[in-house]
Amino acid sequence: MTTEFPLLTIIPLAPLIGAAYNALAGYKMQKRFGHAAVHYPAIIMPAISFLITLMAFFKLLSLPANERVLIATLWDWMPIGFLDAQFSFVMDQLTLVMCSVVTFVGTLIHIYSVGYMHEEPSYWRFFSYLNLFMFSMLVLVLGDNFVVMFVGWEGVGLCSYLLISFWYHEKKNAVAGMKAFVVNRVGDFGFVIGLMLLFWGMQGEWVDGKFADIEGSNLSTASEITHEMAAAKVASVTFRHVAERFENKEFKERFLNRKVFGISLITLIGIFLFVGAMGKSAQIPLYVWLPDAMAGPTPVSALIHAATMVTAGVYMVARLHFIFALDPFLMSWVTFVGALTALFAASIGFFQYDIKKVLAYSTVSQLGFMFIAVGVGAYWVGIFHLMTHAFFKACLFLGSGSVIMGCHHEQDMRKMGGLKKYMPITATTYLVACWAIAGFPFAAGFYSKDEILWKAFSSGNLLFPGGGIFIWVMGAVAALGTAFYMYRSYYMTFTGEYRGGGGHHEDHHADHGHYGHAHTPHESPNNMTYVLAILGFLSVVGGFLGLPHLWHLPNLLHHWLEPVFEGSVNYITAAHFPHIMEWILMGLSVFLATAGWLVARWLYLDNKNPLPAKILASKNQLVRKVHDVVSNKYYVDELYDATIIKGVMQFRLLCDWCDRKIVDALVNLVGTVGKVVGFFHGRVDSGVVDGAVNGTGWMVVSGGAILSLIQNGKIRSYIYITVVAMFGLILINYIKF
Amino acid sequence: MATIGAVHFLILAAAMFCLGLYCLMGRRNAIGLLMGIELIVNAANINFATFAHYRGGEVDGYIFSLFGIVLAAIGVTIALAIVFALYRNFNKNIEVDEVSILRG
Repeated sequence: MTTEFPLLTIIPLAPLIGAAYNALAGYKMQKRFGHAAVHYPAIIMPAISFLITLMAFFKLLSLPANERVLIATLWDWMPIGFLDAQFSFVMDQLTLVMCSVVTFVGTLIHIYSVGYMHEEPSYWRFFSYLNLFMFSMLVLVLGDNFVVMFVGWEGVGLCSYLLISFWYHEKKNAVAGMKAFVVNRVGDFGFVIGLMLLFWGMQGEWVDGKFADIEGSNLSTASEITHEMAAAKVASVTFRHVAERFENKEFKERFLNRKVFGISLITLIGIFLFVGAMGKSAQIPLYVWLPDAMAGPTPVSALIHAATMVTAGVYMVARLHFIFALDPFLMSWVTFVGALTALFAASIGFFQYDIKKVLAYSTVSQLGFMFIAVGVGAYWVGIFHLMTHAFFKACLFLGSGSVIMGCHHEQDMRKMGGLKKYMPITATTYLVACWAIAGFPFAAGFYSKDEILWKAFSSGNLLFPGGGIFIWVMGAVAALGTAFYMYRSYYMTFTGEYRGGGGHHEDHHADHGHYGHAHTPHESPNNMTYVLAILGFLSVVGGFLGLPHLWHLPNLLHHWLEPVFEGSVNYITAAHFPHIMEWILMGLSVFLATAGWLVARWLYLDNKNPLPAKILASKNQLVRKVHDVVSNKYYVDELYDATIIKGVMQFRLLCDWCDRKIVDALVNLVGTVGKVVGFFHGRVDSGVVDGAVNGTGWMVVSGGAILSLIQNGKIRSYIYITVVAMFGLILINYIKF
Repeated sequence: MATIGAVHFLILAAAMFCLGLYCLMGRRNAIGLLMGIELIVNAANINFATFAHYRGGEVDGYIFSLFGIVLAAIGVTIALAIVFALYRNFNKNIEVDEVSILRG
């Protein structure tokens, strides 16, 4: 079934070497040889990973479709009882898609960073983190089992933290990094609990044959697992093996009937695993860190917080499709959270003025779309949207980075405008990416988003009747919003007259320095614009991998990924609608995208329409309230501040009180008791013990003084005493006997 | 006519012992003390010889008395040396009551 392919190891190893090189030698090399010594190794290493990924792709192509699994085992990691986690990498069709996206987009963003981070003093540190991130992300997607995946999962969290707080001299950035890390911790905690529940739930069931009903024979502790059982090595936490176990009907029945505190175990496992995905992929209610994560350098936002890391949750759900597909409730839950997030984040995007914040909320919204897809069982569509999103969102983010640099670190769209004249390439690529994300025909986003909405519409796998249509409505409205705010950002930034440069640009990164000091915006250097052009091109072409079935053209991606997800095909039910319905929906979504675009064009083109300003200035209570609520992001951050953070702070005070009043009191009490005991002990010591010692000495001295009186040195007195004593003894002897 | 028997010798020895003891108790002069000691030792020797003679046959008693004589001679030799040292160190004085520096 599987094929050994040792080269897989190099895919994550190469960026790790790059990271180590820059971490250990980068500072010296940068000082001595300049920036080139830092960025060439940093770019070449991910490029090597990409090349190996291509090799793996051709290797996979040469294998029959359902045996396309490459594996590279490094070492036996933790053989404990039934748990036999090997440190190994695996490459199947799903991993290949993820790997290609990560290495390809990652390499491009490394190249882009050469221009963007040009003036950064700790240039080497940036590239070291970026390479380390590539390593962690590749371990995440290549991991053969839960444990290796978790290593990557935590690694990307760490790199995200490091890169968000990259400019840690400003407190704002450090706080944003910490926020991302802490919120992710909540999610990771859920993920770990999910893994443990799964392992616990399958305990003993991992083993085939004679140990299969260990549960029945009351084997409850690890110590009872004999060596033969462990040596059988049938047990593992490997994805493939777990999936194979679930193919056993009898086992599956038993597993599905297991309950913990009255809740079905499979539901609990899925919910906890999905909490992990929520944290990593910024879904309600754990999305709050992602907009703040924009404090990091823009290439980081593009790589980590748009194209790769935040999609880890989607990847995880797709990878564990055999678990999620088992429970309709779980699927509905994933879908619903995704749809709600898509709609919610899209609406926040309406009133943001920071160009990166707009893109951040749009990312959250698009991730919601991906979860709709994996939630309704259209895993390949989720991965398809993940891929197209990686292209157009990376293009948008890098475009915004180019704009920010061109405008001397200005992020407020109200101070931009008219940049099309100064930065034509950036403007064109941004427009193309907007075209893709808004879902206009023939761009990548059109195919993927349309497919998601269609799958949601036709899904029969939701808990309540008509749920699919409900999800479709939410998604369609979110898509309309997306088209609106993306074009709004384009028109505000690139059309009209340039509004910045009046000598009042703010210095966002005091230590970052300026790229030139002219006040007119300028186009970015070539290495940045080329990357933009490549990504812009892919934002259009990328969609051809997944053409709709309706058009009777080959759907490459679906076909490619089909063997991975075939295990859960039986659980996914879909209602059947006539083809005309699909055509209608497609037309409808194009209409919605066009509507969003036209409204944005009407309101924001060339900054001429006075309506937006009028609305903002409106005294109407209703308008004001709506605007306040939405532009303040529904006060979610404030809500968290008021509840969780304040709660934690109050708890801290409580702990403080406990420490002072109870713990300290106990310590003091113990101290006092010791003091009292010591006092009495001292008395006893000085009175009784010393008295005894001194008394003995005194007795000896005074006894000696008395006895020395008879030792007077006079021989005659000795003789007298002797004679008297002799007579005395004689007398006694005579009287007694 | 009364014959001289063992009792007479024993009375003689006891008398000599008492005289020696009296001499030790009464005299202050170191030479006098030596004389007293000599009397006591010789009283013991007489006893040895007496019992040896009257038990008959064996010579161990005589040998013991010879040992006694030798011991007494040794004792006197050493004691006279001490007396001589006293005489030189204590201002030509051999009164033992005056020489009490070895007391405790």
